[in-house]
Amino acid sequence: MRRRLAPYALILPGGLWLAIFFVVPMVVMLSFSLMQGDVVNGFRLTWHWQNYSDGLSTYADQLIRSLVYGLLATAACIVLAYPVAYWIAFRGGARKTTYLFLILLPFFVSFVLRTFSWKFLLADDGIVLSPLKDVGLLPQDFHVIATGFAVVAGLTYNYLPFMVLPIYVALERVDPKMIEAAQDLYASPAQAFARVVFPLSLPGVFAGVLMTFVPVSADYVNSTVLGGTNNTMIGNIIQNLYLVNTDYPQAAALSFTLMAILLIGIFLYAKALGTEDVLEVATR
Amino acid sequence: MTATVVEDGSRTARRARGRWSDRLLYAYTWLIIIWLCLPIAVMIAFGFNDAKGRLNLTWQGFTFKWYGQLFSVPDLTTALVNSLTIALIATVGSAVLGTLIGLALGRYRFRGQGSLNLVQFAAISAPETVMGASLLSFFVQLNIGRGYWTIVIAHIMFSLSFVAVTVRSRVLTLDPAIDEAARDLGATGWTAFRLVTLPMIFPAVLAGALLAFALSIDDFIITSFNSGSTLTFPLWIWGAQKNGLPPQVNVMGTLIFVAGVLLAVGNAVLARRRR
Repeated sequence: MRRRLAPYALILPGGLWLAIFFVVPMVVMLSFSLMQGDVVNGFRLTWHWQNYSDGLSTYADQLIRSLVYGLLATAACIVLAYPVAYWIAFRGGARKTTYLFLILLPFFVSFVLRTFSWKFLLADDGIVLSPLKDVGLLPQDFHVIATGFAVVAGLTYNYLPFMVLPIYVALERVDPKMIEAAQDLYASPAQAFARVVFPLSLPGVFAGVLMTFVPVSADYVNSTVLGGTNNTMIGNIIQNLYLVNTDYPQAAALSFTLMAILLIGIFLYAKALGTEDVLEVATR
Repeated sequence: MTATVVEDGSRTARRARGRWSDRLLYAYTWLIIIWLCLPIAVMIAFGFNDAKGRLNLTWQGFTFKWYGQLFSVPDLTTALVNSLTIALIATVGSAVLGTLIGLALGRYRFRGQGSLNLVQFAAISAPETVMGASLLSFFVQLNIGRGYWTIVIAHIMFSLSFVAVTVRSRVLTLDPAIDEAARDLGATGWTAFRLVTLPMIFPAVLAGALLAFALSIDDFIITSFNSGSTLTFPLWIWGAQKNGLPPQVNVMGTLIFVAGVLLAVGNAVLARRRR
């Protein structure tokens, strides 16, 4: 009897914490998304589904921009991260851990501080652009900050290590004998890569996409710092509605819309990839 | 005869091509590493900049003075102290709660395991904006004022699953017979845990705790939703940047960076020696 209860005793405190401060808040937010009212007069649950349609029509631009930026940054992460992960996994030798550590170095500096550091580096009259402008290599009105490119670049920068790690883990598991076998069967190096190594690394790419696409699409730090006023994402809107306008119902509806779109996207992607059990891959 | 010659020729060619592409990949990897570290280098360098007051934008010459005046911006110091103490409390909290869950998941099969895994997976992968927003909705609904302790609650919430996952994977590699042997030799459950299980899972607990600390001290998005008027280090930077970031921010960032790197390297060296 005691043994049967033991696991429940162990998970009780942490499980309760997650239930109270993660699951219940989601339910509360769901109910908020169907409410009407304001801070002064209070909010009442009126099953106001219009919050969703209003949100979709009012903030369609930002929603679409978030997904486009999310896709672009995720794609850029895959393209940039794959060769690095490949090189570390197959050619890193005894220094593999050192290289991985170097890739992870940015995590020892606050995310916000790193993003401001880029703003500083790429400022219109900053240490990179102003010498180039003085020499005449760039026109005087050239700017990087406050463009969509700067936002996508910032997002790619901030989430690249999250893509390198899982791809590395997947490639590291590939048995070199499999590649030798492919080459013994007259596969060229390119064919061996395309038919053997790349398919085996797909679970890693999948995990990487999961770890980058979701946070990148919901991010508002990069778009605020690097994007100026014309490149706001849905995260900016949610944050503003919550903390400035205190329009909780609208903000809650937008949060759920965003989460639903991201979940659907992830599942479609998993299906397209032929990954049967998303959870299994992700939690492995 | 000719066949072997041809094959040898193509093999050499392949090896040469391999070396060439290897070199390219090697250079590329370093290029990415430099790109990743560039903003850190700039942050560290401008902590030594002899800037006038808060306008730390162009290089004015080398100085150590900001290290001496590290705590001369009072509210920045408060924010840093908040960040450190919150991270410490959140680390201890999530290490304890997460380790218990990790033990249960690694050692037992029980009803509800699937749902627990699902909730943990959701807590790890849900967008921060949504998690922060939902927790704020919860506090608003219950009329709980936001501040220091709501930040602590949020940080324990989002980091305990990371500890649980780390500890669980370690527990799965342990032989349950060792624990049973301890009990056969008369150890009570608690003694067996303290003297046998805990030392074996301790590296994973420590790794999870370090991760929790890093997540907590760095968190901006969830904290910004639930902070009320309490400021942490990232929140202070966010609020102050319109008027320019004082060099003290660079110095604090540098010190946190150096401490983090030393801790991680120390932990890795210890782990290697233990092995």
